[in-house]
Amino acid sequence: MTIDLTNTSTGAIHDALTQVRRRMGGPASGMVLTLIIVTNEEAQYDAVRAAAHAGREHPSRVLAVIPRKPRAESRLDAEIRVGETGPGETILLRLYGPLAQHADSVVAPLLAPDVPVVTWWPDEVSASPVTAALGAVAQRRVTDAASNDLPRDMLVRLAEAYRPGDTDLSWTRATPWRSLLAATLDQPHPALLTGQVAAEAANPTADLIAAWLRLRLGVPVTRTDSAGPGITSVSFETQDGEIMLCRPDGRTATLSWPGRPDRRVALHRRDIADLIAEELRRLEPDELYGETLRELARDVEPVGAADPAGTVA
Amino acid sequence: MTAEAGETVGLAPANPGVIDSAEPSANPLRDPRDRRIPRVAGPCVLVMFGVTGDLARKKLMPAVYDLANRGLLPPGFSLVGYARRDWADEDFAQLTYESVKEHARTPFRENVWEQLSEGVRFVQGDFDDDAAFDRLAQTVRLLDAERGTGGNYAFYLSIPPKFFPVVVQQLKRSGLSSPTWERARAPWRRVVIEKPFGHDLASARELNATLDGVFPPESVFRIDHYLGKETVQNILALRFANEMYEPIWNRSYIDHVQITMAEDIGIGGRAGYYDGIGAARDVIQNHLLQLLALTAMEEPVAFDADSLRTEKQKVLSAVRLPADLSLGTARGQYAAGWQGGIPVPGYLQEDGIPADSRTETYAALRLGVDTRRWAGVPFYLRAGKRLPRRMTEIAMMFQRAPHLPFAATDTKELGQNALVIRIQPDEGITVRFGSKVPGTAMEVRDVNMDFAYGESFTESSPEAYERLLLDVLIGDPPLFPRQQEVELGWRILDPVENFWAEHTKPEQYAAGSAGPPSADAMMARDGRAWRRL
Repeated sequence: MTIDLTNTSTGAIHDALTQVRRRMGGPASGMVLTLIIVTNEEAQYDAVRAAAHAGREHPSRVLAVIPRKPRAESRLDAEIRVGETGPGETILLRLYGPLAQHADSVVAPLLAPDVPVVTWWPDEVSASPVTAALGAVAQRRVTDAASNDLPRDMLVRLAEAYRPGDTDLSWTRATPWRSLLAATLDQPHPALLTGQVAAEAANPTADLIAAWLRLRLGVPVTRTDSAGPGITSVSFETQDGEIMLCRPDGRTATLSWPGRPDRRVALHRRDIADLIAEELRRLEPDELYGETLRELARDVEPVGAADPAGTVA
Repeated sequence: MTAEAGETVGLAPANPGVIDSAEPSANPLRDPRDRRIPRVAGPCVLVMFGVTGDLARKKLMPAVYDLANRGLLPPGFSLVGYARRDWADEDFAQLTYESVKEHARTPFRENVWEQLSEGVRFVQGDFDDDAAFDRLAQTVRLLDAERGTGGNYAFYLSIPPKFFPVVVQQLKRSGLSSPTWERARAPWRRVVIEKPFGHDLASARELNATLDGVFPPESVFRIDHYLGKETVQNILALRFANEMYEPIWNRSYIDHVQITMAEDIGIGGRAGYYDGIGAARDVIQNHLLQLLALTAMEEPVAFDADSLRTEKQKVLSAVRLPADLSLGTARGQYAAGWQGGIPVPGYLQEDGIPADSRTETYAALRLGVDTRRWAGVPFYLRAGKRLPRRMTEIAMMFQRAPHLPFAATDTKELGQNALVIRIQPDEGITVRFGSKVPGTAMEVRDVNMDFAYGESFTESSPEAYERLLLDVLIGDPPLFPRQQEVELGWRILDPVENFWAEHTKPEQYAAGSAGPPSADAMMARDGRAWRRL
């Protein structure tokens, strides 16, 4: 059921929700979180769809905050969708004029009581998620460096602003690779000397994986460019030869290991709904992401600027 | 740091044959704080006996695919089918393909299937065919060489238990059951069996003896698929992760407990298996007693296999039967009737059932648990077929409030408070309590507060078999009952079965009704009633 409310208030939205709930016999029970999506008219469709899909695993109240015509007079339009795509409720909030600067005042009364709040910026975000509008209310703040033209720079900015509870979808995208790499190194293996991650030039996930490997393995791990798609290989130099996970087609990876037969395993790229679902699965701060992000930032810092030893000498 | 990484090389489990989990501690890429990386099985071959059976086609093979699709199977994972059919690898691959397409939970992806099917093999033979088992041994060794499965084999015996001895002996004879040491490390062997684990204490021991000589107890995985269900695992979370429930989880507040497993279907094509077994042996001995154990047990010191098992065994050994079995048990057999608007035959009219069969299709028991926590609190267990609907639940029925400061007429509609854990379908938890009816008069009536298990309406909530299969391949045993639990179950049930065999004939109940009148009478004698199905 969809209800359109034009030039409305949060109180009226609340009343409408209560009414719908009565009429449908309480579909809103059991919601596990509020997901705020900070987006724009152009990107909202995909984002809301992904959130609705993730909502099957995590029944939630989705609040999509969409700023409209900044020069118009202040006005709030709401579109309430209940019982269409799955459990939970979706509310599209269109904020006209100066109201867009006070989105938090619209969102605060609409947060589902007693459950955590997650804010997701599918595209642009100011450098510091925690201080961005609607970032402060959330215990989990989800950005996506891949939406930026210069993803590595964005990761560095995110590293500077990092606060526990921040996370980025390019880190979420790394999970299948990291899982496979961890499983690979569960096997007894010769000592790793160096590592290499090859991917498309603008691939923040590859940057994060390289930083993670560097951090965890304590060996040099370089990041090289390939034609893609996405990440094409991760390899380790060992005294016995090269251990390599290679995925040239973005679908199936081959594990080659010196002295053993090649083994293949499916390793596909995931869509945004899967990523969001994974992100919502655990709401405690992801310390490992924070550490990996710092490691990445430390590494890309220009040599001259970040060399205090040099200035002392 | 490089040297440190070097030290992890060649870390071997202390004992051959002992379950070696993935050894996560030694791997620098594993970090307990890293909650995103799932547990992934190590290189291995899954050898499946009885691949043409219903269970294999509808549950096991789809579960294998779903695991692969979720990235939880290792590179090179291989699946070998063994059956009598005269098939080539491709025929078996085709069967797998069809069952995956039809029954898999996750979306079908061509590349996942392609990669999985590369490791699918089939070996044709009877269970007593030496040459066929030698071919099987050859096949898996070839897979080790071709696909790097590391000599780790899991044997899934999805076959009737009467074939266990011969298959297990064949596995021993062909050398498949004994791993060969390689560089101070022995690959693992695991054997998976399904219920029934015998039909009484003696046969359960016999079955165990068959396996025991060949596989060490910790490599035997007994599948009770109920324990793989999210809601069943949630019983432990509900009880031991919360503060609200444990203080009232005892005889001071609980009046009695009802554990129900109702099915709307009849015996279907299982006549050969079901007749002579009956409802009590089929589900009470395993599923319902496991549910009772999880509900009644004390808090385990840790959520690991040994601690859980210790507590379950403790509580199962404290279970007491009613003094007079004729009053504390009931059994029934469904007669022809209307079930859900469809006329259905009675049990005795089903194909393959002898007309004088005394097998029960409904069984109810009143059990006591002799512990300080539960003294005097009866646990009523019932299981039956052709009941009005399919439903499994644990209902904790609370005592009535000691005093009601309302007029008697105000609380006429007020029943007992209840906390109901719904296992299937519609997994979740319901709390029933009294609430004032809106209006001027003071009137209190029962209302429900409902929690639909968040995962239950998700496509990504794994099937029980998926979870259990992965646990087998990883070697993680908490969710698998051990022989001692099986034996404790039979110790509880055997006297009842003996009594029934000697003294009673199952009472007929119409299909689609709530069971035999004697079961209702059993409750009525205690001043209680079954929850409506």
